[in-house]
Amino acid sequence: MNAGIELARDELQALCRRANRRIQLMEVCGTHTVALFRAGVRSLLPENLRLVSGPGCPVCVTAQRHIDAAIELATHPNVILATYGDMLRVPGRRGSLEKLRAEGAQVRVVGSTRVALDLARSQPTQTVVFLGVGFETTAPATGAAVLEAHRDGIENFCVLMCHKLVVPAMAALLDAGDVPLDGFLAPGHVSVIIGAAAYRPLVARYRKPVVIAGFEPEQMLNGLVALVRQVLDNRPAVENAYPGVVSDAGNRVALDLLQRVFVIADAPWRELGIIPHSGLELAPPFARYDALRKFDVQLGEDENHPLCRCGEVICGKLEPCDCPAFATACTPLAPIGPCMVSSEGTCAAWFKYGRVDAAHHLGEERS
Amino acid sequence: MTAVRPGQPHDCVVIAHGGGGELMGRLIREHLLPPLRNERLAALTDGAVMPWSGGDVVFTTDSYVVTPLEFPGGDIGRLAVAGTVNDLAVMGAEPVALSLGLILEEGLPLETLDRIVASLAATAREAGVEIATGDTKVVERRTGSTALPPGMFINTAGIGRLRPGVQLGLQRVAPGDVILVNGRIAEHGLAIMSVRSGIEFASKLRSDAAPLNGLIARLFESGADIKFLRDATRGGLAGVLADILETSGLTIEIDEPSVPLSATARHAAEWLGLDPLTVANEGKIVIVVAQRDAPRVLAACHAHPLGEDAAVIGHVVERHPALVELITRAGGRRIVQRPYGEELPRIC
Repeated sequence: MNAGIELARDELQALCRRANRRIQLMEVCGTHTVALFRAGVRSLLPENLRLVSGPGCPVCVTAQRHIDAAIELATHPNVILATYGDMLRVPGRRGSLEKLRAEGAQVRVVGSTRVALDLARSQPTQTVVFLGVGFETTAPATGAAVLEAHRDGIENFCVLMCHKLVVPAMAALLDAGDVPLDGFLAPGHVSVIIGAAAYRPLVARYRKPVVIAGFEPEQMLNGLVALVRQVLDNRPAVENAYPGVVSDAGNRVALDLLQRVFVIADAPWRELGIIPHSGLELAPPFARYDALRKFDVQLGEDENHPLCRCGEVICGKLEPCDCPAFATACTPLAPIGPCMVSSEGTCAAWFKYGRVDAAHHLGEERS
Repeated sequence: MTAVRPGQPHDCVVIAHGGGGELMGRLIREHLLPPLRNERLAALTDGAVMPWSGGDVVFTTDSYVVTPLEFPGGDIGRLAVAGTVNDLAVMGAEPVALSLGLILEEGLPLETLDRIVASLAATAREAGVEIATGDTKVVERRTGSTALPPGMFINTAGIGRLRPGVQLGLQRVAPGDVILVNGRIAEHGLAIMSVRSGIEFASKLRSDAAPLNGLIARLFESGADIKFLRDATRGGLAGVLADILETSGLTIEIDEPSVPLSATARHAAEWLGLDPLTVANEGKIVIVVAQRDAPRVLAACHAHPLGEDAAVIGHVVERHPALVELITRAGGRRIVQRPYGEELPRIC
């Protein structure tokens, strides 16, 4: 163990001893969820510090109706559905994109919107529908692709808009108030784009600490130290524990791009329902790149599997090991909900890395 | 790529190359036999007659379908030899001969085929095995937008002579045993991903694809009592550790800082959201030996170019429930599991 990690761990232990009560923090971002497990940081946490996962896995928060729409679009003749790989296995009402691809639909995994756009250029007789999923991290790339299509007159490219904003979801969770939270470990990647300042209205309104952290073990531990210290001192603020990477104002170029191409709109989230001003739609000048409009597809209702409690998991209301389906009916081999599918999903992370933790946690509950 | 120009020979594979006629004869005589340089094969009989003198035969087969066909550090031809040779070698056999089944897609440039066959032949020479018999077929081009550039599949079967006295098996693994790996992990899978359509990225990563029979021979010659060997291909190191766990019912503790991993590979995996332990290798073996034999095995590895970075990465303990546990760089613990299937890069 390096000295920095040891120091942060010991400090966290000391602070939590001083707290003398259970402290519950939410790591908002799916990448943090996985990194905390993968690096073994969860096993180093004090017993009275509990981390719950938040609505920060882009796959998990995507509403069922969007998955169903993606599947409907992919079954259109002459449509190539281009998607980030994570979305392939999410079950919709009529199966998954992975299954659809096996049945012969044109589903292509891409690593960037540029590849999707190149596909549209090279396949002029097909229409490429890009599945626009993710938070402020991936939305600028979608925006750039739309702008480029607009500039170059590429008409056989469009986007199924599922992009979401992080801060409104944090506010919605606090408004709902069913999960006691002492503070947020804020996402490093999203904050690069939106900047530390974006969290200030949230902190001012709800008086909960927000600390932005990176993804190395030491950075995550230091983020938790800063959060617990704020909780103890009762002086909630936005603290940037990822300086040098995250600035106060964010990435101006990306933010300008978002503002130019998209408008903020109400958006459906899995389980959380419609959250006001929490999503992005194409701005009027770019509306013809909207896949729903282009193919006249209506978003249906969400109809989740009766056993699926992913919605509660992404709100931090339920830990995976408390879900009756976890690791029994729902496993990575036969996932029922997106949290078990996504590489950033909370359930997948618990299943993959955390069964020691889960056992420990269950033991603690029983004693 | 046009198949025929007036007065010019074909520059790519066409369906007729698989038709058993003159065109096929030319393909074999001009593009396959010269690089493979082999009398038994050149006889073009229906099968190879191999000399054999007692002892046990190890017989294996494997198919190779990698895309793209050529990638940093290797190609499908090198894989097709190294993979099957390694399967024989980890069984404790000295590889003797391979068969070569080629399934070519129409449209495959003959130049590409030539490069791949040359690489395959060079790898066979490196491994000291003979391509004793072969078969070639041509299939129609895969069409549609999901079609890739024209490709090829290879199947190689291999036979080897089992080393006398070798006893390898998971049932021999016992508490106190030591687990070693012969070098840096995850480089093959990451190198392939770095050139795969849709997620290309620039990196110095190269596939580790290599025949390991030479290295494995040194291990047996070291006098160490080797209990188990397996090449950590698809499923990565995690896959092999899961195999050991499932059959032995014993806990395996892996020390993360001891697992050889280059900074480039570590960062590339992090960037793609992948766990390096689950990323494929094509030149890495997991070795299980009793504690007392570990220094000999390590010395034998270090004396061989394909084992320079070998390390003891963990040990077997009796503890329930049995798990593969990783003691992380941060000093924490987590479990390691076999991956679901294809590991997909994350969204953000």
